[in-house]
Amino acid sequence: MPKWDEEFFIEKGLLLTAVSSIIIIALIILFVFKEGIPAIESTGFFSFLFGMDWAPTKGEYGIFPMIIGTLGITVLSLLMAVPLGVFCAIFLAEIAPSAMRKVLNPTIQTLAGIPSVVYGFFGLVLLVPFMRLQFGGTGFSMFTASVILTVMILPIIVSVSEDAFRSIPLEYKEASLALGATHWQTIKNVIFPAAIPGVITSVILGMGRAIGETLAIIMVAGNVVQIPSSIFDPVRALTSNIAIEMGYATGIHYNALFATGIVLIFMIIVLLVIANYLHYKKKVTMGGGYL
Amino acid sequence: MDLKYGIVLLIIIIIIIAVLTLGTGSNYERIEIAGSTSVQPVAEKLADKYMEEHPNVRIDVMGGGSGLGIRSVSQNIISIGTSSKALNKSETPGLDNYTIGNEGIVIAVNIDNPVDGLTKSQLKDIFSGKITNWKEVGGQDAQINLVIREDGSGTRQAFEDLVMEKTEVKSDAVVQTSTESVKVAVKQDPNAIGYISLAHMTPDVKALTIDGVSPSLETIKDNSYKLQRPFLFVTNGEPEGEVKKFIEWSLGPEGQKIVEEEKIVPVS
Amino acid sequence: MHRIIPPKISQKIMTGVFWASGLLTIAILLVIIGYVLLKGLPVVNLEFILGDPIDSGRSGGIFPFIMSSIYVTLLAVLVATPLGVGAAIYLSEYAGEGKLVKLIRFGSETLASIPSIVFGLFGLAFFVIYLGFGWSVLSGGLTLALMALPTILSASEVSIESINKSYAEGSLALGATKWQTIYRVVIPAALPGISTGVILGMGRAIAEAAAVLYTVGAALMIPTSLMDAARPLPLHLYILATEGLSMDNAWGTAAVLVLMILIITVVTNTLVDRYRKKMMGR
Repeated sequence: MPKWDEEFFIEKGLLLTAVSSIIIIALIILFVFKEGIPAIESTGFFSFLFGMDWAPTKGEYGIFPMIIGTLGITVLSLLMAVPLGVFCAIFLAEIAPSAMRKVLNPTIQTLAGIPSVVYGFFGLVLLVPFMRLQFGGTGFSMFTASVILTVMILPIIVSVSEDAFRSIPLEYKEASLALGATHWQTIKNVIFPAAIPGVITSVILGMGRAIGETLAIIMVAGNVVQIPSSIFDPVRALTSNIAIEMGYATGIHYNALFATGIVLIFMIIVLLVIANYLHYKKKVTMGGGYL
Repeated sequence: MDLKYGIVLLIIIIIIIAVLTLGTGSNYERIEIAGSTSVQPVAEKLADKYMEEHPNVRIDVMGGGSGLGIRSVSQNIISIGTSSKALNKSETPGLDNYTIGNEGIVIAVNIDNPVDGLTKSQLKDIFSGKITNWKEVGGQDAQINLVIREDGSGTRQAFEDLVMEKTEVKSDAVVQTSTESVKVAVKQDPNAIGYISLAHMTPDVKALTIDGVSPSLETIKDNSYKLQRPFLFVTNGEPEGEVKKFIEWSLGPEGQKIVEEEKIVPVS
Repeated sequence: MHRIIPPKISQKIMTGVFWASGLLTIAILLVIIGYVLLKGLPVVNLEFILGDPIDSGRSGGIFPFIMSSIYVTLLAVLVATPLGVGAAIYLSEYAGEGKLVKLIRFGSETLASIPSIVFGLFGLAFFVIYLGFGWSVLSGGLTLALMALPTILSASEVSIESINKSYAEGSLALGATKWQTIYRVVIPAALPGISTGVILGMGRAIAEAAAVLYTVGAALMIPTSLMDAARPLPLHLYILATEGLSMDNAWGTAAVLVLMILIITVVTNTLVDRYRKKMMGR
């Protein structure tokens, strides 16, 4: 058998493995859309997306309160996690002694790998009663959920923005210091601006994780379908809605949960497109991170 | 030895063990049961006993709620769905059901609550939000906190059919997703009221009398306690093979003895 | 620009702020791990790890759930590794920068970012119902494989691309074919990086609960075939916690999970360290 023959088959075989990602994503979109579209058709696109009432027993499927729930939890947690995470990243990249860094990096890695149900359980047992004592109500709230999410997305924000700070050429920093700037002035005026695209990537990644988180939020958010009037009100996220009702939903209700999945996929693709735009236009390295 | 070879070796060993253990298990009959968390304990006991006598059968008993059981059995994901409410024939065409016993719904309050009993109409008013304070039904001056189950729960649907009729349950009630977690919520909150399965009843919460009748095996058997519903095994079409045998066994004397031990009124 | 605070003082203040936020972040995270281990480890003993659950998991051990976790994770990695490594080799050794490659990358990125519950939906619709696998180790493992795939792919790609091109060139110059070169030179050199990717993928699969919620069932017995229902540890923890069955066992399960992740991290870090040292040694 001539050599090129073997080579040819191997190359095509490898190509096949390479396109498997596309095939899988296409299958996912196909199946989720196939099951989800009937619900959007029967409810109507706008009354599905912007409907205020989710009452499967009455045939009402409006997911707007849950979109608000997801966005509310996500924004609140970003407000807490981004400043803390970025400062921690600067600390690790610029200030911490290298012995300390050697211990802290694996620690943060471990924390990124801890199952979300463990964080959720921690929140359920400790944070919820604490919130009940401090702020009244049941303790299950948008705020409680966003505190738990903050902890969950901190490792991503820290590690990806640390990579961004570290990838700044040393010459920038040296030039600034040589001009007599203090370390803080150098960080503020040179390093941070140069690393901004990377920091934004880390925020997008954190946001993606926050939007996609499911079980930890179910455990602490209270899961009431309503537009919260304060951050201490219970809310339900899109992901939670699927996980809670998937077990017993039938008929259009079943389809409506897949339609909720379509909305989630759409949100994530929008985030990815933004991240890719930054990647190509602003030369941001993703640092091997994922949403 | 180099670490990477060690790890490769370890992975190969684990795979071999996995293939060996997973490979040998194909010569048995498999029955999957899922659904009502109220039925789960008795179904587990039935399955354990049946497997003891029939080692060639493997029965996996899972929870998830009656809705999950009925939906999944009609999708052919599982062989038997369990339900803690009567089936609505129009919603579930093609499903067969077998009553393995009748069981009571207990209205549970905290043990520190001075209220001992309610009438059915008081109960309805409490859950619909007409009565919101315990003093209106002879208790202390405190707000009533409702604990209910999620939409897919058979206990919830049975409760709403039996008590609420067409009235709606107050919308701000706390939702718990299993009969056990309702009990935990009631145990922790002195002003809470919730509904649980009689089979799950323990002395750490108080069972209220309804129209003067307290829930027990006897009052359910003689029909004087009104809040009762069937425990069902649901199959998609006529059951066959081991599934059929297991259901018949559960309805037979051996199975019904276990059912009674679990504080459920046997059918025969 | 005029400043009210002199640079030296702001330098001192900000250094303090950085230390504070760094330490605070670490402290928050360590407190959680510490608390879980503190509450959970007293429950964890040989009986807990090797025992069978009693009364739906209210008491007794978690052995069937540990085995469930191992099975679904192994299956996921077994399926995802050839696909991920193959794709990585193709992307870094064969493909140019065409439209197809961009599409593949976007596919893999999307796969990496889709919420796990959507994987669960897909697993239910496709593996469980459409392919008729039911709730089983097979359905759950395949669903997790899809989640582990992009992790393995990108880690392998990075590691293959970081290999010194002169190795491959030397091999090709000696008359080896492209595949021989990849097989004998590129893959062995990239193996530590690939193993790291596989272990990371394993970590992702072992920690996942939402994707298996409606794909593996919630069985209480050790799965003995691919078609048996199972209950991986994170799912068990979720059920224990939300159904309020047993707080002690929930803490114990949480501690076992945390320990597993700790082991995985230590192994990956050791691999990466050795890899780095080797590369520097050359």
